[in-house]
Amino acid sequence: MPKDNKIVIELQDVKRKFVVGNELVQALRGVSFKIYEGEFVTIMGKSGSGKSTLLNQLGCLDTPSSGEYFLDGVAVSSMSKSQRAVLRNRKIGFIFQNYNLLAKTTSVENVELPLMYNSDVSAEERRRRAVEALKAVGLGDRLYHKSNQMSGGQMQRVAIARALVNNPAVILADEATGNLDTRTSFEILVLFQKLHAEGRTIIFVTHNPDIANYSSRNIMLRDGRVISDKHNESIMSAADGLAALPPSTDE
Amino acid sequence: MNYTNLFKIALRAIAANKTRSFLTALGIIIGIASVITMLAVGQGTKQSIQANIAEMGSNMIMIHPGADRRGGVRQEASSMETLKMTDYKTIKEQCRYIKGISPVVTSSGQFIYGNENTPSSLYGVNEDYLEIRQLSVAEGEMFTPADIKSSAKVCVLGQTVVDNLFPEGNDPIGKVVRFNSIPFRVVGVLKKKGYNSMGMDQDDLVLAPYTSVMKRILAQTYLGSIQCSAITESVTEKATEEITAILRHNHKLKDATEDREADEDDFNIRSQEELASMMTSTSDMLTILLGCVAGISLIVGGIGIMNIMYVSVTERTREIGLRMSVGARGTDILNQFLIEAILLSVTGGLIGVMLGVGASFSIKTFAHWPIAIQAWTIVMSFAVCTFTGVFFGWYPAQKAARLDPIEAIRYE
Repeated sequence: MPKDNKIVIELQDVKRKFVVGNELVQALRGVSFKIYEGEFVTIMGKSGSGKSTLLNQLGCLDTPSSGEYFLDGVAVSSMSKSQRAVLRNRKIGFIFQNYNLLAKTTSVENVELPLMYNSDVSAEERRRRAVEALKAVGLGDRLYHKSNQMSGGQMQRVAIARALVNNPAVILADEATGNLDTRTSFEILVLFQKLHAEGRTIIFVTHNPDIANYSSRNIMLRDGRVISDKHNESIMSAADGLAALPPSTDE
Repeated sequence: MNYTNLFKIALRAIAANKTRSFLTALGIIIGIASVITMLAVGQGTKQSIQANIAEMGSNMIMIHPGADRRGGVRQEASSMETLKMTDYKTIKEQCRYIKGISPVVTSSGQFIYGNENTPSSLYGVNEDYLEIRQLSVAEGEMFTPADIKSSAKVCVLGQTVVDNLFPEGNDPIGKVVRFNSIPFRVVGVLKKKGYNSMGMDQDDLVLAPYTSVMKRILAQTYLGSIQCSAITESVTEKATEEITAILRHNHKLKDATEDREADEDDFNIRSQEELASMMTSTSDMLTILLGCVAGISLIVGGIGIMNIMYVSVTERTREIGLRMSVGARGTDILNQFLIEAILLSVTGGLIGVMLGVGASFSIKTFAHWPIAIQAWTIVMSFAVCTFTGVFFGWYPAQKAARLDPIEAIRYE
């Protein structure tokens, strides 16, 4: 299905080495794949498989030791730190395991954050887009709640809204359900599937194999190499999974 | 980059951590408040010392004829008859740094009223003399320029003379006292001034027009001395130099040339140098002392800011990582922390100024100390605050800007 779509991410034999003490660690030993617009890709692997290093590459937080990475057609490896910062600002939405919201700050201000670093966006537009993004994640009634007044699920929704607000080419989620209970995890997955259905490109890094069932493609890593790359023909519905859960007692 | 946004970001960051922000600014608040209060008290004290010294006549300049040497024997000071009325007039006309000038001729003898008598000194002066010596008339009035012109037989008595001549407390105004059998009508009584630091009674004197004393009592044409007051204490030296030049010219004294030495001055000029230098050293001491206090408190305040900014950078590592991952560049982070530091220090400075002004006025109200708040102290405080913010905020801000977003975002 995705072959006619635009290529959002292309890795060409990306390698990344670190020197730790006197040892040379090869975190990525030549990774190549393409991700097309509208895909929901899970990247899986055990600790030490190079997941995090790959995520840093995809998120333009780091550059390859060799190989090339094209994000939305732009070659990243030769960019300077601040050029990559601008690129992240325009093309990438990050979602983290521990939400990383600003403390004692309202939802709407948290969501506005990426646009604060984009001087092309006026204050009114910034606010309008932040409110829109919060409505899209179902938090239209929590606009002015502060981050410490919300549950984990709500905080992760704010984080997702923040990742959406700059209308990125790709959303990068790092264990986005890792800190949540089963029910809330399903709720968040429902949201991810909704975004996928709307045509967003999502990359979800996780070590939880269940999540692969809800994505359209699954890439497995081991020892810095891709060991499998499968399209998921039978995507499970997270909404059904949520409905199948025993009714919650604490709500 | 958009500084409005950075400013907003910094403001939000400060607002999100009110207690920490307040504690950060506290050092500056206390520093500036103490500087303002100290300077207010210091300046007030300085001004009141200045006023006190001025009351003692710190700007007074006395010109006496020089002592003559006859056959190697130094004569009594003031024995020369070199000071003339023309000297007085030229100084009065030409010297730009004096505000009051009076010729002085003195005579002493017995004053008599009814069956009472007392020895005292008669000063022949003009009306400027009151201002020069910081005297004032308590009752009646000073004699007038018309009295001087007509060599009128009028006088103003010092309090000691009044006490001695009018022991029953009669009003001396209008009464006639005699000095060496010459009758003088009393037109005024001087305000009591007490003893001076040398133990001399400053109230044991009688003032009369110098013309009357010169013509009717002493029958002399030269002056005992000339006394003047400089416009301010600080121009006393300039005034002295100018008077010297005028008198040397008047007295036709030759300046040094290649083959002969300059003629010696035939007059002496004395100013209250001791008082003046005392005042200068006192106020200099105060300034240095206050400068030290100000410097120390600002350094302490600045270190407080730097300290808490460092802690804050560590504490907010994750926040910085997040900001970087959503697109903040190193310079954005640097600027944010710098703006935060400056905002904190300037706000702290503002609160400090208000506290300091408040404290100064309470000191004035409750302790009755003199205070003087000067605009430059406030302007300086703000300048120093901003400087402190930039200076002590720089290193923590740079530390923040250099963080690696990968490590920062996962920092626990």
